[in-house]
Amino acid sequence: MVDRNFAERLRKVYSIYTGGLILLLILLYIGERAFGLSPTFIGYVFLFGTIAVYAAIGVISRTGQVAEYYVAGRRVPAVFNGMATAADWMSAASFIGMAGALALQGYNGLAFIMGWTGGYVLLGVLIAPYLRKFGAYTIPDFLDARYGGKLPRFVGIVATLIVSFTYLVAQITGVGIIASRLLGLPYEVGVFVGLAGILVCSFLGGMKAVTWTQVAQYIVLIIAYLIPVTVLSYKYTNNPISQLSYGFALQGVEQKFAQLKEDPKEKEVREIHKKRAEDLKAKIAALPQSWEQGKRELEEKLKAMPADDPKRAEVEKQLKDYPKSPQEAKEKWTDAMKKANDAAKPPRSYTAPPADAKGMANFLALMLMLMLGTAGLPHVIMRFYTTPTVREARTSAGWALFFILLLYITAPAYAAFGRYEMLNLVGKAFNELPDWVQKWAKVNLITIKDLNGDGIVQFAEISIHPDMVVLATPEIAGLPYVIAGFVAAGGLAAALSTADGLLITISNAISHDLYYKMINPNLSPSTRVKIGKALLLVVALLGAYVAKFKLAIIVELVAWAFSLAAASLFPALVLGIWDKRMNKYGAIAGMVVGLTATIVYLYLSRFKGVELFGIKPIASGIFGMPLNFIVALVVSRLTPAPPEKLQEFVDHIRYPKGAIRAGAEE
Amino acid sequence: MLSKEKLESYWRENRSLMFLVLLIWALVSYGAALISGFLNKIVIFGFPLGYYMGAQGALIVFLLLIILYAKSMDKVDRKYGVEEE
Repeated sequence: MVDRNFAERLRKVYSIYTGGLILLLILLYIGERAFGLSPTFIGYVFLFGTIAVYAAIGVISRTGQVAEYYVAGRRVPAVFNGMATAADWMSAASFIGMAGALALQGYNGLAFIMGWTGGYVLLGVLIAPYLRKFGAYTIPDFLDARYGGKLPRFVGIVATLIVSFTYLVAQITGVGIIASRLLGLPYEVGVFVGLAGILVCSFLGGMKAVTWTQVAQYIVLIIAYLIPVTVLSYKYTNNPISQLSYGFALQGVEQKFAQLKEDPKEKEVREIHKKRAEDLKAKIAALPQSWEQGKRELEEKLKAMPADDPKRAEVEKQLKDYPKSPQEAKEKWTDAMKKANDAAKPPRSYTAPPADAKGMANFLALMLMLMLGTAGLPHVIMRFYTTPTVREARTSAGWALFFILLLYITAPAYAAFGRYEMLNLVGKAFNELPDWVQKWAKVNLITIKDLNGDGIVQFAEISIHPDMVVLATPEIAGLPYVIAGFVAAGGLAAALSTADGLLITISNAISHDLYYKMINPNLSPSTRVKIGKALLLVVALLGAYVAKFKLAIIVELVAWAFSLAAASLFPALVLGIWDKRMNKYGAIAGMVVGLTATIVYLYLSRFKGVELFGIKPIASGIFGMPLNFIVALVVSRLTPAPPEKLQEFVDHIRYPKGAIRAGAEE
Repeated sequence: MLSKEKLESYWRENRSLMFLVLLIWALVSYGAALISGFLNKIVIFGFPLGYYMGAQGALIVFLLLIILYAKSMDKVDRKYGVEEE
């Protein structure tokens, strides 16, 4: 049943909340202009202000009831579930990183834009309505009920944990980075401030609290994302709708690229990069002697310098940053060589698709993995358990995509403007660069070095970090600091909301799926919720502990999570609903083969340099996924059909109402 | 309770809708990407069509597809009397 009064009340509460948010922005703006509030003060207001609101929602929605704790009482209307799903789904990577990656990669970056949205069609059509009809709490619940037995449940638990935990660590890392940038705190402190922010939302009220905070977080993040780009678009074109106006920037970028290709100064800088890459190659080949020699040279240089030489500090820093071992030198130099090689290439057209068949194959494979992975990610699927009806689960997928699209169709505008501004720097003298360049150069998000010493900026001399594009837009658009602080708060909301969704998913997988369903089924409902909360705390601390190391591999792991989900959970879910003949043996064999094939290719391509058909590690599920389907179909046809009870279960989930009685809703 | 034939025919309608939706889904994303070099020759308001499809066009079609499917399934549900109260 859809409760109309409830939906009406929600609408009122969130309207007041949005109004309050805008009022706060205006007040801070007046404070900044009239009273000269410092950026740090504004940063604290945003950080603690927003976290206090999320915490208040968490306290109001505290609960000890099982159904509220796991699925928010199954009364979240489709529109609000859509917003919560959008916030759950869009992480710091979508908010801050995606537009920048698109600006740097051009057409190739579109694999992420299409990949991270196209999965919702699969969810809405193939999966969500049926899982809602089934009406349990988790994916392992479904695998257990559909395939019968503890083994399918266990495989589901393992897949859920692997996928969700790496993703969680990445989010906590994101929270730490944003909190430290916003307040100037050390990264480790930022991680624990963020951790507190994550826990206040989910600890007291489980899924119920997380849902209502995620709605609040969505409102913050979407307003924060839209303001800067809208103003910038108006500045360029007098048209505030950036999503329609950035065509001129695309044309501008393409024209400039065509010029830069033949520019003699650019060629000169590209030669310098090429030479550097060759030097590095020689140094790598001569390891470990080259490492020792480099170290000795630096040490001798330092010794030869008088104690008051102003250049001393620079050499000391070089020595400090010098690789600690030949092994580390190999990694660092290989990385630097790759970068130099990329910079030595003439700029590629921004809007042209990959030119060769291999590039296109990787593009398509990556897109498919991102789509299927999205439809198989446990923390996203869980959200569809919270709607009141099957019908609302279908519409909810639409609302989720609608709210996601508000951000995703804006990202290409951010990217085009970012690229356009970058190209505007080309040809400027080094002493007349705008203020925002200086500011972001200090934190190494943009690097411009006069490599050929002509005092003029060449395109090949600029290198930017993807995060730069979204973060610097407020300043490029000439907006006050309040907006820049608000954008950081938006990024924080994006990371917090995703972290909360993941945390709930992981703690449910352990407390509900593993402990309650497999080890001790005699727990009382209140003990179940208590165990869930305790685990939440443990998992969050564990996640923060791992995030503290800031491992480079984490970013890669998140990208791999999509391939893993696409090659393991997605086929098992789809076949379980759409193929009545699918049985336990087929599903398990499929999952095991799919997962194994993906991990093997991942390992070989990432660490052993193997490459089939141009497929990069990030799209490695493209082999395991179809294998999963094929193995599952073949094995299930060679083994006995599933028992009648399970076939009735399939009928039960296929029809929204009462056609067949089987299975019971908790 | 519905008869077995009715239930099967309900599922057949659902399945053909599903195939239709996924066909369009694949055409606007994978199909458009494959011919995007060609589509880029068409430029509307500064947007090369091939790039535009990947950046925004396909996404809007995705949303329309979900809405279309939800609406059509509502109708099918009512036709077979399996809709929820």
